Amino acid sequence: MKIEYTPSQAAFADAVKIFAKERVQRYAAQIDQDACIPPQVIQAIIDEGYIGSMISEEYGGMGADSIKIGILNEIIGGACSSTRGLLTVHGMVSLALQRWGTPQQKNNWLPKLAAGQLIGAFALTEPNVGSDAKSVETTATETKGGFLLSGTKKWITMGQLADLFLIFAQFEGKVAAFLLEKGTPGLQVQPLGGLIGARGSMIAELNLNQCEIPKENMVGKPGAGLSHVALPCLDYGRYTIACGNVGLAQACLEVSVQYSRKRKQFGEPLRKFQLIQKQITEMIVGVEAGRLLCQKAGCLRDAGDPDSVIQVWIAKYHTSLMANQVANAAVQIHGANGCSNNYPVERYLRDAKVSEIIEGTTQMHETMIATNSIRKY
Amino acid sequence: MEQYASTIRKFLGRFFKEDISDSDNFFELGFVNSLFAMQLVMFLEKEYAITIGNEELEIQNFNSINAITSLIERKKGKGAS
Repeated sequence: MKIEYTPSQAAFADAVKIFAKERVQRYAAQIDQDACIPPQVIQAIIDEGYIGSMISEEYGGMGADSIKIGILNEIIGGACSSTRGLLTVHGMVSLALQRWGTPQQKNNWLPKLAAGQLIGAFALTEPNVGSDAKSVETTATETKGGFLLSGTKKWITMGQLADLFLIFAQFEGKVAAFLLEKGTPGLQVQPLGGLIGARGSMIAELNLNQCEIPKENMVGKPGAGLSHVALPCLDYGRYTIACGNVGLAQACLEVSVQYSRKRKQFGEPLRKFQLIQKQITEMIVGVEAGRLLCQKAGCLRDAGDPDSVIQVWIAKYHTSLMANQVANAAVQIHGANGCSNNYPVERYLRDAKVSEIIEGTTQMHETMIATNSIRKY
Repeated sequence: MEQYASTIRKFLGRFFKEDISDSDNFFELGFVNSLFAMQLVMFLEKEYAITIGNEELEIQNFNSINAITSLIERKKGKGAS
């Protein structure tokens, strides 16, 4: 057993760190404040090829392994959670097509998604349906040439930005997945604001009023929409969020250590106080443990191991809780300054909270991990 | 065929302890969930070096040991990998 990056992975990490610092992190506060990712950040991610990081080279993507995907999402997640969300949802749509698309669908959509000519968004959640995904109320009805989609999708990350939506709907009593292009008659995209965190996620509600799509826009088969299309997408989503949580916690750790060096009370820098040291220690251990869980999940994913699914649940569960604890400690160490948006830690804390909800709540993770473990032991 | 069935039984044993026959539909019996369906595809692709495509995404290909064995044989027979 050897826990270290390959030279290629290490070089990739170095390049992403420079990119994140220069092209993303400097905009993070503005992204949070404006609830919008500026075009130059999106274009930089496209130009660097990161938008197609998860897509195979055959279709013009980077073909990155899961460890590199983890590195990318950790470092971008440390710079800006909202921008990491773009990589997550775009990847979910891309991978659904790469895994279950017909040759025609792959050839038509994947090169455009890899090049960032199209941005994808994953549309499962609805006003009445969250964790109970099999109960989606959006419907698809067959027409002579295709399908009519009707219903409402809510809390769709990058919904304001996306060109291509992966919609999950009931079709003949089974859940199926469909591609819906922006601009389709009957589709209304309503921006949603007022989020606690990840405010730049460009969340939208989608109102589908008899949106007509061609027959070839069904992805997978009816009945496999949830089990084989949505679940692998969500598995990728959870993995990237878990890695992003590690990055967010690492950012909290770094600014807290820097602050504890500079800030003096009672004539001493904060780092000299043992209760501050305890908090720093807990942050370090939490981050290291989270990173190891993500790396294990990444290795299992690359091996195609069925246990990778539960390992991703474990990694996402741990890192979501850990990121909240670490961000909370970071605010505490910063004192009153930590409660102000002049420092980034209040944003980190708000962003961390979102990670306990998206791609499966902490409570759904507890149910799934326990069910699996009870069966196993 | 028995070699496939034996390996599949061992894999299924990780998810439920009940004895089933090779023709029992373990989805209908309620022993597994949709997450298992995804893990089963991963297992089959890794164990037998096959790629399961969109055209095989039918529950009747995966709902019993006999069905899975037939699917593997068809894939192997086609020389698919």
